[in-house]
Amino acid sequence: MDLYAIIFYLFAVITLGSATIVVFSKNVVYSAFALLFALFGVAGLYVLLMADFLAITQLLVYVGGILVLVLFGVMLTTKVFDVQMKTKTIQMVPAVAILGLLSGTIVGVFWSTDWYISENPIDVAKTAPQIGNMLLTTYLLPFEIASVVLLVALIGAAMIARRERKG
Amino acid sequence: MQDFLQWLQQPGLNHFLLLSGILFSLGVFAVISRKNAIMVLMGIELILNSANINFIAFSRFSTGTFDGQVIAIFVIILAAAEAAIALAIVLNIYQNFNTVNVDEINQLRD
Repeated sequence: MDLYAIIFYLFAVITLGSATIVVFSKNVVYSAFALLFALFGVAGLYVLLMADFLAITQLLVYVGGILVLVLFGVMLTTKVFDVQMKTKTIQMVPAVAILGLLSGTIVGVFWSTDWYISENPIDVAKTAPQIGNMLLTTYLLPFEIASVVLLVALIGAAMIARRERKG
Repeated sequence: MQDFLQWLQQPGLNHFLLLSGILFSLGVFAVISRKNAIMVLMGIELILNSANINFIAFSRFSTGTFDGQVIAIFVIILAAAEAAIALAIVLNIYQNFNTVNVDEINQLRD
């Protein structure tokens, strides 16, 4: 068993274990912190997939931004010194049935399909130059649209969250 | 059995795909079964991450180009925008209804 495999299984266990805690934990705050480790594990998997730039982006945007936002949401919408922090589950039976069906189908398809494996997989030290090139040539229009979407989301979120209630 | 052990020792495309499939299922489970709206959002983040793993795994092993990684960046951008908007809506719902349990919010006006 070489180092690559060991690190892969390490990050896989971190990701899936934390995701399980996120899904099944009764406490919202535990879930939010488990989500941190799940996202961190996914960033490690990106490094194993030779996507160093995306791994850093994942850490900055998800762990640094979205997770803090989620924690804000948790703190502002639950009564911290109350039992309200506990959250219940609903529709357990259909949810478990759908979970089993869905994961079975997806894993079965992934397992049985004979995916095309390229002769020369990506194996470069740094990906940022190529990604930057593609963002400014092939994907220029989506890139610009994404910037507008972020601006609109920023203004919209501020307006929705700050709206004063009348009466 | 020997084949399977051999397969386990060399992580390739299939390993990443299986992992992302399980992650996706867990995310869907959170979206379906949790009461708290913020837990539903966390489930959506898990789903987006599993999709990203798929994109990057195919980008590395199958296509050999960087298109998958660029699209993964767009997914991350949209996830950030989605999280901001969704949490703003959740905060507003909390101000109006004093709860964020998705099964108790059943009217559009307050």
